[in-house]
Amino acid sequence: MEDTELHTVSFKLNGHVQVLQVAPRRSLTHVLDQECGMKSARVGCGQGDCGSCTVSVDGVPIRGCLLFAVQADGADIRTAEALADPAMLAAIRKAFKKHRAIQCGYCTPGFMILAEYILRNALPLDQAVQTLSANLCRCTGYSPIVSAVTELLALRAENGCGP
Amino acid sequence: MIGRSVDRLEDDDLLRANTRFVGSLAFEDMLHMHVVRSPYAHARLKTVIVDKAAMAPGVIAVWVGNDIRDLSPIGFRRVPDRDLLQYRQRLMALEELRYVGEPVAIVLATDPYLAEDAGRLVAIDAEILPPVLDCEPRPDSRSEPLLRGRNEIARIEKGYGDIEAAFAAADHKISISCQIARQTAVPLETRGAIAVPHAHAAGFDLYGAAKVPHANRQELAKILSLDIDSVVLREGHAGGGFGVRGELYPEDVLVAFAALRLGRPVKWIEDRSEHFLAINHSRDQMIHLDAAVSEGGVIAGLHARLATDQGAYLRTHEIKVSDLSCAFLPGPYRIPAYRATATVHLTNKTPCGTYRAPGRFEATFAMERMIDAIAAALALDPVEVRRRNLISAAEMPFERKIEATGKRVVYDSGDYRQTLETAIEAFDLPELRRAAEERRREGECVGIGVAMFVEKTDTALHETVRLELASDGKIEIVTGTSSLGQGMETALTQIAADGLGLPMDAFRLVRGQTDRIAQSGGTFASRTTLMAGSAIHEASRIFRQKLIEVSAALYGVTTGEVTVHGEGCCIDGRSLNLLQLRAALDTAAPDTQLVAEADFSSGAMACPYGVHIAQVKVDPDDLSVMVEKYHIAYEIGRAVNPDLVRAQLLGGAVQGIGGALMEEISFSADGQPLTISFAHYVTPRTVDVPAFDILVLEDWPSPTNPLGLKGAGEGGINAAGAAVAAAVEDAFGATIAPRRLPITPKSLFDLLARTDSAHTRASWPARQGSATEWDSHFRNAADDTSSFCRGINPAR
Ligand code: FES
Ligand code: FES
Repeated sequence: MEDTELHTVSFKLNGHVQVLQVAPRRSLTHVLDQECGMKSARVGCGQGDCGSCTVSVDGVPIRGCLLFAVQADGADIRTAEALADPAMLAAIRKAFKKHRAIQCGYCTPGFMILAEYILRNALPLDQAVQTLSANLCRCTGYSPIVSAVTELLALRAENGCGP
Repeated sequence: MIGRSVDRLEDDDLLRANTRFVGSLAFEDMLHMHVVRSPYAHARLKTVIVDKAAMAPGVIAVWVGNDIRDLSPIGFRRVPDRDLLQYRQRLMALEELRYVGEPVAIVLATDPYLAEDAGRLVAIDAEILPPVLDCEPRPDSRSEPLLRGRNEIARIEKGYGDIEAAFAAADHKISISCQIARQTAVPLETRGAIAVPHAHAAGFDLYGAAKVPHANRQELAKILSLDIDSVVLREGHAGGGFGVRGELYPEDVLVAFAALRLGRPVKWIEDRSEHFLAINHSRDQMIHLDAAVSEGGVIAGLHARLATDQGAYLRTHEIKVSDLSCAFLPGPYRIPAYRATATVHLTNKTPCGTYRAPGRFEATFAMERMIDAIAAALALDPVEVRRRNLISAAEMPFERKIEATGKRVVYDSGDYRQTLETAIEAFDLPELRRAAEERRREGECVGIGVAMFVEKTDTALHETVRLELASDGKIEIVTGTSSLGQGMETALTQIAADGLGLPMDAFRLVRGQTDRIAQSGGTFASRTTLMAGSAIHEASRIFRQKLIEVSAALYGVTTGEVTVHGEGCCIDGRSLNLLQLRAALDTAAPDTQLVAEADFSSGAMACPYGVHIAQVKVDPDDLSVMVEKYHIAYEIGRAVNPDLVRAQLLGGAVQGIGGALMEEISFSADGQPLTISFAHYVTPRTVDVPAFDILVLEDWPSPTNPLGLKGAGEGGINAAGAAVAAAVEDAFGATIAPRRLPITPKSLFDLLARTDSAHTRASWPARQGSATEWDSHFRNAADDTSSFCRGINPAR
């Protein structure tokens, strides 16, 4: 059970290749936070229930707390600090701020990852709401987050693709 | 600036993860603490065997309760009765284990995973004892027939008026029994603390502080026998508070103890299962009400009996929540005679403390259920019964003639009737009801519930703030109050900007650093904007004066030739921004400090109030309740930032909907907690959220402070349980009366099953939880404590 045996893992983090020596039992969230300095990688439960740890792995939002870092070998990982499309990141930030979708901000990076996925895939609103239901927020009462994403989807539709 | 919904200053950092949540902080040479906890609800502790753990890889130290015998338990912030001090929780268990999760040992290791590994090697040798798991109310017909038991540790009595006369003269006596399950706040970030010992002297910095850093500093210094100035609390970001986060818990003292003993930084991060075992629980009250009522539905007297399951120990809040329930139960109603008796019971469960609208969520639920019961019994409109009982504007300020935690309850200002009518009109209650009725006729199960409430904004402690011109030309607003996500940095900066007539970016808010300001009451009971805001208002007046004087002296002009404007001031026609002024000062008079400190205190509490209207739909197949629409009208006196007020109301209401429909912490018959993750403790998600209509009213500024402020934090949750329960009752055409929260599908099924059997059993009262039912349960259960408890809880 000790961490004597380290494995080499390499993945792309926000566009940059990382090569790390990690113990097999460390979660991806732990490694992103403690080794890679990604402050958006946060544990709210460590049990797969809350989604605070959501990061984008190969374009899909996943629970970082449920993935061992070694499982991410070769993956393309994005965190809320640097989503793939800078214009979309700026638009998400703007909409979250405008709609008061942030209170304590602990859940915010996770919801930003979900929002990016929703926008990139142009999900219809009901599916968007279902997708946002993956994550917990205890402060905002969610409807500001839903409003922000609704507006982003509308903007996206207006502009053809991408806000 | 006051009154404008400006963007939050907090958001840019939060959106960029430019944050200081304690989990992501690290210090050189840092150790990690793991807490080994009691696996038993109740046991006699014989020995804790730590040898194996101490030899495990990475382990630096293992300590048990005996090793820190001399450290006193965490005290109360208010001591209502010295007798209660015996029920405080020790930092780690000594002879007895009293709840699952009680700290037994701590392991300090070089890595959190290794600390936890070693924790598994700690063996607890204990003799298991039967747990006490309820309030054990035992009938004692001689004196107090209800809610009395051997685990009662405190009794609170409040009241006024001639209650006997009120009941003797009443046309009707109406009785209900209500229960609010054990719930807790579950902020998304768990607790965490890092103690960093000072290099050259005894003392430490504690990161991860929140809520009440100054009070915690004092208590930490006391327990660890340190000079108060050698303990420094540092607040970074906190992922939600809601009353539970930021209280002083055993783990906070233990990290500090370990850091001092080992001379290295020590970090502890709670995991979510630990959180459910260790953080303050709340609610868990039974409330029995008897009302003496006239034919017209006017309450002449109200008799309340409450029992609180406090858990295993008294923590920082001692018995405060029960006190608050008694004090605020009468709500916005006149009620000429009132008597409340609350008993507080220790059980083998996690200790309880405050959670957003503590005591009031519970009290409002019971009181509003009573109003609805009166309406049902007398075939009156529930809104009309409220109208007939509301305190009138002419009676303001209204002296309740009772105290809440030692302070007189005086409702400061308002017109409850006016606000009720405003809400009815704004939300078109008649149309909501008509539409619901129509849908019911078409077979849907839809209902509307109305609830009213009075909140309190705490003003018990005073509050000091300082404005200070920093070397970079920013004016620092230094406060000891705490940011828990509510947007206080924005609101307080708005008040400062308003007071000085300078733009918001002229300021920088410094919060939660105990070495930066001598005093603060902290952040709780919606007090921050009112208390710190009022102090800032005053400090900015002083600062303005000083700014003018210092500038005049610097440039050799009269004060009349200096005005504060633009980015700084205008001196004899020349504009000077604050940075230029600071530079000029540094050259000409480097010792000149531009500082203004002010202290605000208020003898009286501010009382915001409001109306909630819920619309629910019940699924006929699985009996799940969906809140479709939610309306809040809230009188806040004056809104510094109306959007932030709305955000508080909305977030609070959704939390309250969770409390009304989903959230419950339960235990097995042997005291094992069954609710140890978000999978068990179900909170609202996006799909559970109704459409909101929120009306922020500013008709009645509070006379208790210069800006007329009342608090925003708890008005969203306060009446949510009451409004949702009333709506569910209405959805079933008042054939059932839900009086227990949460209203889960299972509890609805049981209520409906009873109603069904009521039709076949003539002796069974048709309305659940009525006086007859209470009495019959009471008689049947007279010699059986446990079934009596079930009797109190009609919904179970
Ligand atoms: S931390 Fe991963 S789901 Fe909660
Ligand atoms: S903003 Fe606090 S949990 Fe979402």
